Amino acid sequence: MSSGNALQDLADRIVAQAKPGEQVEAYVSRGGETSIRIYEGEVEHFVSAQSESVGIRVIKEGRTGYAYAGTLDESVLSEVFAEARDNVQFGSVDEWAGLAEPDGVAKVPQELWNEELAHFPTAEKIAIAKELEKLTLATDARIRIDDANYDDAYGETAFATTSGIRAHGRENGCYVSVGTLADDGDETQTGFGFSVGRTPTEFNLARAAREAADRATRLLGATKPQSKRTTIVLDPYVTAQFLRVLSSSFSGENVQKGRSFFAERLGESVANPLVTLIDDPTNPLAYSATDIDGEGLAARRNVLIENGTLKQFLHSSYSARRGQTKSTGSAVRTGGTPGVSCLAMQLVPGTATQAELIAQVSDGVLIQMVQGLHSGVNPISGDFSTGASGLLINNGQVGAPIREFTIASTLQRMLQDVVAIGGDVDWLPMSANGMSLVINDVTMSGA
Amino acid sequence: MSTLSELVGKETIEKVLAKGRSTGAGFSEIFIEDKRSTSAGLDDGRIEQVTTGRDRGAGIRVVHGETTGFAHTADLSESGLLQAAEAAAVAAKQGSGGVVTVALGGIDRHQVNDVQILPNEVPKTRKVELLERANEAARSIDQAVVQVSAGYGDSVRRILVANSEGVFAADDQVRTLFRVSVVASGDGGMQTGYDSMGRTIGFELFDLYDVEELAAGAARQAVTKLKARPAPSGALSVVIKRGSGGVLFHEACGHGLEADLVGKGASVYRGKVGEMVASSLVTLIDDGTMSGEWGAIGIDDEGHHSQKNTLIENGVLTDYMWDYLRARKENHRQSGNGRRQSYMHLPMVRMTNTFVINGSSEPDDIVKATKNGVYVAKLGGGSVNTASGDFVFGMTEAYLIENGEITEPLREGNLIGNGPQVLRDIDMLGNDFAMGNPGTCGKDGQGVPVGDGQPTLRVKSLTIGGTAA
Repeated sequence: MSSGNALQDLADRIVAQAKPGEQVEAYVSRGGETSIRIYEGEVEHFVSAQSESVGIRVIKEGRTGYAYAGTLDESVLSEVFAEARDNVQFGSVDEWAGLAEPDGVAKVPQELWNEELAHFPTAEKIAIAKELEKLTLATDARIRIDDANYDDAYGETAFATTSGIRAHGRENGCYVSVGTLADDGDETQTGFGFSVGRTPTEFNLARAAREAADRATRLLGATKPQSKRTTIVLDPYVTAQFLRVLSSSFSGENVQKGRSFFAERLGESVANPLVTLIDDPTNPLAYSATDIDGEGLAARRNVLIENGTLKQFLHSSYSARRGQTKSTGSAVRTGGTPGVSCLAMQLVPGTATQAELIAQVSDGVLIQMVQGLHSGVNPISGDFSTGASGLLINNGQVGAPIREFTIASTLQRMLQDVVAIGGDVDWLPMSANGMSLVINDVTMSGA
Repeated sequence: MSTLSELVGKETIEKVLAKGRSTGAGFSEIFIEDKRSTSAGLDDGRIEQVTTGRDRGAGIRVVHGETTGFAHTADLSESGLLQAAEAAAVAAKQGSGGVVTVALGGIDRHQVNDVQILPNEVPKTRKVELLERANEAARSIDQAVVQVSAGYGDSVRRILVANSEGVFAADDQVRTLFRVSVVASGDGGMQTGYDSMGRTIGFELFDLYDVEELAAGAARQAVTKLKARPAPSGALSVVIKRGSGGVLFHEACGHGLEADLVGKGASVYRGKVGEMVASSLVTLIDDGTMSGEWGAIGIDDEGHHSQKNTLIENGVLTDYMWDYLRARKENHRQSGNGRRQSYMHLPMVRMTNTFVINGSSEPDDIVKATKNGVYVAKLGGGSVNTASGDFVFGMTEAYLIENGEITEPLREGNLIGNGPQVLRDIDMLGNDFAMGNPGTCGKDGQGVPVGDGQPTLRVKSLTIGGTAA
């Protein structure tokens, strides 16, 4: 049986070699990227790269083995299959071990592949990055450029399993980014700006340049604030990072294994009633939009929190079997066997602009950047502490810049302390959207 | 397992390097890598699975003037490599530079790490047993331990680097790692504990260290934190236990001493060589030659021998760290710091093992001399903005210091400081040097293994990012 697609055929061919009593999954992918960095008007580097990989999962009598290789070379494929088979004997028997099975949910048609990008001339990509550097430099005399970048990538994936899954997907996308340095005497502050698109013609270079310059220059002269309890207004980019930190707590597998503070809270109020949070990879506006999950099932829209109430957890086929429920199409592959994660988190926006939100704050801080989310936030205990920089808010007006401080609370409390959600939605190059978000009663630590 | 020089012959490498220069480029380089890895994970009382992986390919770099072209391929045949070399050459410069020939001498096999037991020669059952032992040890510490996850990993990374300037060198890098994370549950919610060990050695790691002890330590950390109070908010004296705070130097100044960032004017330490940049107590070294340490390498990923480099001596900045490109641009010697995550990545300036050498204080005296402060026994990760110098790092196990004594455990949080200020504020340095946990340093999207270390020390004032007034 030929699908007319080489990658799908390869996956099918691997699975056809399964022996009686073996469940086998083949996950094959290939992709490529172009990465162009401009510095002082010249190409600093130009990377043109292709990669491919194969992962084979074998399950026998409840035991799982896995092996992968960074090549689709035929000579290596047989080695990978043999290794996966050999690895089976060392896994523990797990009654819920198994592959995904076709569940009848149809893929939501999406345009994830852009032909214009696939054939976009290299010289024009270089010209775009040079233009971004030029535009950014022109915004302000205090601005220097750290780097200006054009990046694009494409990827193609195919799944096949002995349980009857056959799925194939491909997507491409591109973005530009610029890092800035703003100087004032001995002091240097940094900023960044970017623009994302399915094709370079969707870029807004002027906005990326302006944001990169503004972020750096408005921090010049920043001082360390006094410690106090305060209200924070998160910039859209920071809100998206905050949402990502919450992601693992919605994983059904983490709930089953006692690693989510949402365990036992289904149907209860876990956030301010303003908060409705969904995971929707079928929304084409999301950068991480996809039509299949990490097991080849159709990606789908899942409501996580509705008007403050915890509605459901996310599942792969493993956690679904274990929890006697159905997969939510939320399997992810980060190099090995499937895990569970949010794919494209979206907080349902309000209507106010950032300026209107700030006007409601008598005493607070606009958080422009956070630093150290990976080291200061524990998604299991919920402890939240992060380095930050931003601008003071006095009587509804943005004032002096501040830096070298932290903001701290717990994730549980921050969800309850959300007091306003902006309408200024931004679709960022990450798996969450962003908008301005106002949170009360956060501890700011400074001098 | 055949060596890389058997897999790709010298004549082929010479042809590839010549092809790389065929559009007029002054420099071409081939980096070949063959990495085999094994990992095994235990979670929720079960061995989830054993995974084996193979990553093999070559990255070809061509430098023309200020422009670098780079292409990589998993196809190690001569035609595959020549195709990648052409792509890199075209990327670096459109045009023709005529015919170039490159001739290499004998291969330089430089090893600093002594491996006793190659991990791929150890039966997988023995690797899996370690996980089960760790699981049992952690769970036996306290009823409050509700979840344990343990991971074993080893890798054998063979690299070969050759360039048009005659570098032709190879290294085998063998690393073995073990980690345990624990969740404990109590009235106030859940807390976590974590510990890891890893060295650039083989399976003999487990003759040197005990997985039960590691697991028990992680479990105690989680259980102790169940009684933890919120960390303070604001500036306090901070004492950092030996071997746990190297990440402070990694962030406070390590990244800022990388010559690529300095060269772009994106470091607070630019133009500061010869100046006092730290307390006179501080001598900071980056040493890729420390046999067996997590960041130890025979050669860097540009084929240059690893070195021991003094960065700060008695508080005075002596030098930055360098890679090929930056050294060439500024007419400086390379320092063995050109590293990359894999053949799919461009090399750049990276740390290896970065540490502060001993001072003279007794560690107990440092705590006794501190009236009120925080004692940090385990640090998590960190990050830095090298241009402003502001950096953060997480504390995963910390206690209050009250009247010169270590008292109550604290919940987690970040600490924040400004690099140059914190280096000046180090006012006590212990005599009990130790290396810390194995780390992965991220820069520009690439992760490489790094080590760090330091004796017990005190920073006069750091901002603690807790919630308690």
